[in-house]
Amino acid sequence: MAKITYIEHNGTEHVVDVPNGMTVMEGARDNGIPGIDADCGGACACSTCHVYVDPAWTDRLPAKDDMEIDMLDFAWNPGETSRLTCQLRVTDALDGLVVRMPEKQI
Amino acid sequence: MQNIVVVGAGQAGASLVARLRAKGFTGSVTLVGEEAEAPYQRPPLSKGYLLGEMPLERLLLRAASFYEEQKITLKTGTRVSSIDREGKRVLLADGTALPYDALALTTGSRPRMLAPVIGGDLEGLYPVRGLTDVDAMAKEFREGARALIVGGGYIGLEAAAVASKLGLKVTLLEAAPRILQRVAAPETSDWFRALHRAHGVDLREGMGLAKLLGRDGRVCGAELADGSTIEADFAIIGIGIHPDVTLADAAGIALDNGIAVDMHGRTSDPAIYAAGDCASFPYRGHRIRLESVQNAIDQAEAVADTMLGAEEPYVPKPWFWSDQYDVKLQIAGLNTGYDRVVVRPGSREGTQSVWYYHGETLLAVDAMNEPRAYMQGKRWIEAGISPAPEGVADATKELKSLV
Repeated sequence: MAKITYIEHNGTEHVVDVPNGMTVMEGARDNGIPGIDADCGGACACSTCHVYVDPAWTDRLPAKDDMEIDMLDFAWNPGETSRLTCQLRVTDALDGLVVRMPEKQI
Repeated sequence: MQNIVVVGAGQAGASLVARLRAKGFTGSVTLVGEEAEAPYQRPPLSKGYLLGEMPLERLLLRAASFYEEQKITLKTGTRVSSIDREGKRVLLADGTALPYDALALTTGSRPRMLAPVIGGDLEGLYPVRGLTDVDAMAKEFREGARALIVGGGYIGLEAAAVASKLGLKVTLLEAAPRILQRVAAPETSDWFRALHRAHGVDLREGMGLAKLLGRDGRVCGAELADGSTIEADFAIIGIGIHPDVTLADAAGIALDNGIAVDMHGRTSDPAIYAAGDCASFPYRGHRIRLESVQNAIDQAEAVADTMLGAEEPYVPKPWFWSDQYDVKLQIAGLNTGYDRVVVRPGSREGTQSVWYYHGETLLAVDAMNEPRAYMQGKRWIEAGISPAPEGVADATKELKSLV
C-alpha cells in the first residue's frame, strides 16, 4: 500500500491509498481522479497517462524501459521527470509519491 | 434535456456517460448493459486476462463507486427488449420502461460463429468477445492441450500467442492467402507469420476449414479444405464480428453496415444516437465502421458533446494496438486505399515499421516494437504531413529530420 498524491494541472490535490500490485495509473482511475486518460488501459500503447513525478522521487522509481522512453518522447510537453503511470507498479517503496498532471494528455 | 439513456455498457457506453457528467450534464443518466459486470476493458481478454496476469478488478474501466458518485444509474445484467420511438421509451425485458429525451445505442458487436452444418454447434468452441467467453475457455488452457484457432486476424493471433506461451500445441488456420489480409500489408503479415512460427505455432494460410469433427457432441478435430484432418481438444473461433444492430433494426432505424449515423453520431431518428463498433459513419467520402478502443471512446464522447449542444463533427484519429508474445504492434491511421508500402528497419533487433502510402500521401503506420515510428507517424498523419517514402525507408535517417 502506498499513499500517493496526485495534483491536477489546476492545483487540485488528491491523496489516496493505492494497493501494492496496482499501477499508479490504476490508482487514479479507481479513485476517479481526472487528468490521466489511459485510453489503452495500461498497455503502454497510447501515452495518455503521462505525469511529472516530484523531483525528489525521480531516482527512487524503477528505471524506464525503452518502450516507455520512446513513448514519453512524444507525450504532451515531456520533461526530465516525466513518467507513464501505467508503467509504475505500486509497492510500499512508493509510499509518499507525488505526481503532477500535465496541462493535457496528447 | 432531462433523461439520457445509453444502451450497451462496453467501452463506448462507459465513455459516453462519463463524458456527460464531465461536461456538466445534471439530468438523469442511465447505462444499461446485458453483461453481469460493470463496464470493463475488452482488449486484455485476448491478452493479459487470458494469460492469467490480470484479475477482473483491474479490467474494470471505472471503480464500482464511480457510477454512484456520478449519479449514473448502472443497470447491469439487464436486457432491452425494444425501443418505443413514438413514446420515447426503452422497454426492458423485465417489463419496465425507461423514458428518454436522448437515447444512445452503444451495443457493440457479436462474434461470427461457424454454421451448425460444419460443426458450429459442437461443445468446446469459444469466441473471444466477453468475459464469459474467456472464463469458459480458461479450463482448456492446460499445458500440452491441442488448440485449434480458426482465423488469422488480431483476435486469433493474440489467442495463439497466449496459448503458445502457456505450453499448448497450437494450429492456426487462415482461409485467406495470408494472415491479417483484411487489415495489413503483406510485409506486416510476413513479420507476424515468422514470429508465430518461431514460437512453434503451426500456422496454415490459404487453408479453409471444411468442417469441425466431433465426438459425443464435442469438438475433437477438423477436416481442412484439402481433405487432411487434424486433432484438437478445443477451438477458438476468431473470424470477425457483426455489428449488433438488433434493437435498431427492430425499431426501424436506418442501417448500413451497422447503425448508420452522421458526422455527429445521429441516427435516422433525431433523438437516437449510436457510437462504437455498432455504428457506421461518413469518412472521406465513404461510410466506415471502426472496431477499436479509440473509436469507441472518441465517437462516444463526440455523441455526448452533441447531445449537450456541441456542433463539432466527429473526425476519427484512428489508432490500434495488439500484443503478441513480447511484441507490441501499434498502428496509427487507416491504410484503406494504400497503393505503396515502405518498410523501415527498426532501431533495435526485432523491430520494424511498415508505412502505407497512397501516392505520396502517408495513410498509416504499423510499428512493431517501434514506438517512435508509431508516435511520429501518428503525429504526421493527424497533421496531414507526408514524409517522402524514400526517406522513411532509410533507417540511417532520423524520422524527425525528414520533415
